[in-house]
Amino acid sequence: MSLWLVLSVNSITLGGLLFLLSAGFSLIFGLMKIPNLTHGSFFMLGAYLATSLLARGLDFWTAAIVSGLLVAAFGGLIERFILRRLPGAELAQVLVTLGLSFMIADVCLMVWTGDPIRIDTPGGLRGATSMLGLGFPTYRLAISLIAVLFAAALWALLDRTRLGAMIRAGVDDPEMARVAGIRVSRLFTIVFCLGAWLAGFAGVIGGPILSVYPGLDQEMLPLALVVVILGGSGSLLGSLVGSFVVGFLYNFGQAMFPELAYVVLFLPMLLVLVVRPQGLFGRPAI
Amino acid sequence: MKRLALAGAVVVLGTVPLWVGGTYYVNVASQILLFGVFALGVNVLVGYAGLVTLGHAGLFGIAAYTGARLLTGGHGHVAAAAGAVVLTLIAAAVFAALSLRGTGLGFVMITVALGQIVWGIAYRWISITNGDNGVSITGRPSPLGLSLTSAAGFYWATLLVFLVAVGSMVIFVASPFGTSVRGTRDQPRRMNALGYHVWMTRFLVFLFSAFWSAVAGLLFLYYNQFVSPQVVALTASAEVLLMVISGGTGTLLGPIVGAALVVIMKSVASAYIERWNFVLGAIFVAIVVFMPEGLVPGTVRLARWAWAAR
Repeated sequence: MSLWLVLSVNSITLGGLLFLLSAGFSLIFGLMKIPNLTHGSFFMLGAYLATSLLARGLDFWTAAIVSGLLVAAFGGLIERFILRRLPGAELAQVLVTLGLSFMIADVCLMVWTGDPIRIDTPGGLRGATSMLGLGFPTYRLAISLIAVLFAAALWALLDRTRLGAMIRAGVDDPEMARVAGIRVSRLFTIVFCLGAWLAGFAGVIGGPILSVYPGLDQEMLPLALVVVILGGSGSLLGSLVGSFVVGFLYNFGQAMFPELAYVVLFLPMLLVLVVRPQGLFGRPAI
Repeated sequence: MKRLALAGAVVVLGTVPLWVGGTYYVNVASQILLFGVFALGVNVLVGYAGLVTLGHAGLFGIAAYTGARLLTGGHGHVAAAAGAVVLTLIAAAVFAALSLRGTGLGFVMITVALGQIVWGIAYRWISITNGDNGVSITGRPSPLGLSLTSAAGFYWATLLVFLVAVGSMVIFVASPFGTSVRGTRDQPRRMNALGYHVWMTRFLVFLFSAFWSAVAGLLFLYYNQFVSPQVVALTASAEVLLMVISGGTGTLLGPIVGAALVVIMKSVASAYIERWNFVLGAIFVAIVVFMPEGLVPGTVRLARWAWAAR
């Protein structure tokens, strides 16, 4: 398989993972106006929890879902008992999430040590699938498929259900939503847990590709940040497009300009900020 | 009374190497002062202009790296220092032009991204920054023939820079420019209506803040004689923000107290506690949740309250 094709497949896989990570980040940012700097930590925490669950003999998908749930519960506690105490104090929320991310990183280092831990590719998805006469790594295809399924499910949730309508109302105008009888504070908890679940789940299914190691959180968080700034906060389509753009920029940047990979990654974001501060699919702030 | 306290403080600070006992503590004192300069610089932006930055370690690091590269390239100390400050100011102008497109959260996120770019360059552009191995320099300068090689000599030089920084802050806060900066923090639209150029005010204050960050970065380089990507990591930006916020934003004494707190915690406490990052995070959370205005104003408030309750 040619280098270009390999890079493209890797980019799509990373894009899929980033979508799972940043969809929650974007919703939390759009709805609650919190740049949740613990989001990278959720990703890492999910992966680490899964390694422990896998060591207990759980199968891969159960472990992914369960550790996602654990992360979601943890996220819910953070939202309910810390962030809830700081309504409207955006700066304080940024600082608290940053402080928490340091604490989570240190606890992970203490519990799971500093050595990278590999998560094995789940049974049936090892090896390659041949398509159009070319062999593609099956697991990477599976990740892309999962991301597409989640995108569709999230779209359906946001666009077709009552809960989704309430969330969209909360994103657009929280005060009016409150007046209309929507309990926005409960929406906050739901969206925060959902975002944390997605991040934790993404961490686990990213495990076989990325493996888990200290510093993974600080590596993923800026990527999610770039996705959201590129795509626009609170926009699902923005996260989807932004994720794949970042996936391609990151992989091709690393392959072609290894020394300037980060510049290649962040430059388009700066351009978007200059030309369209609200992001490609975001709506301008009122 | 105030002057007496000030004179007393200067005398105490000036004689630290004589009574503190031991090179180690003199070095800790130097670190407090140099991070105090950095925190004062960041406080200009965070406290007085109301623009929270999480990318200032990038500017600090640009100064340190530029100084280190110029010195290893065989340039003199004066050229290295001047080059470092000038390049940092140029970078700061670019940073400001980009990040000032947003305020509030937008500003924070853009500064995070910019800081990460600098980190990425420090970490990956190995031909210039030597990557993870960092750049080391040999020897500190000896301005006017005074050697800074000893811990005490370096401390006094740092103290001098520190006092100049504090002086510049006093002048800045009292100046019409300082007042207009606080105006853009509290009432940007009204300031605009009054005919002030809000963007330009913020731009200039960003450069002022970057200048002191650059000076602190240079002091850091000379103190450690080494600079590595660690210096520009997000943790470093968070640490200096913690100094400012824990001490109290928008106060003169706050960032200095905060710098002392963080440096002492880090160098003294880390001898006993292995998990420095955990403690840093916990302090962060505790301060934000329980004493959101910072230690100095918080203590003043508690003292007043206790005074009134008597």
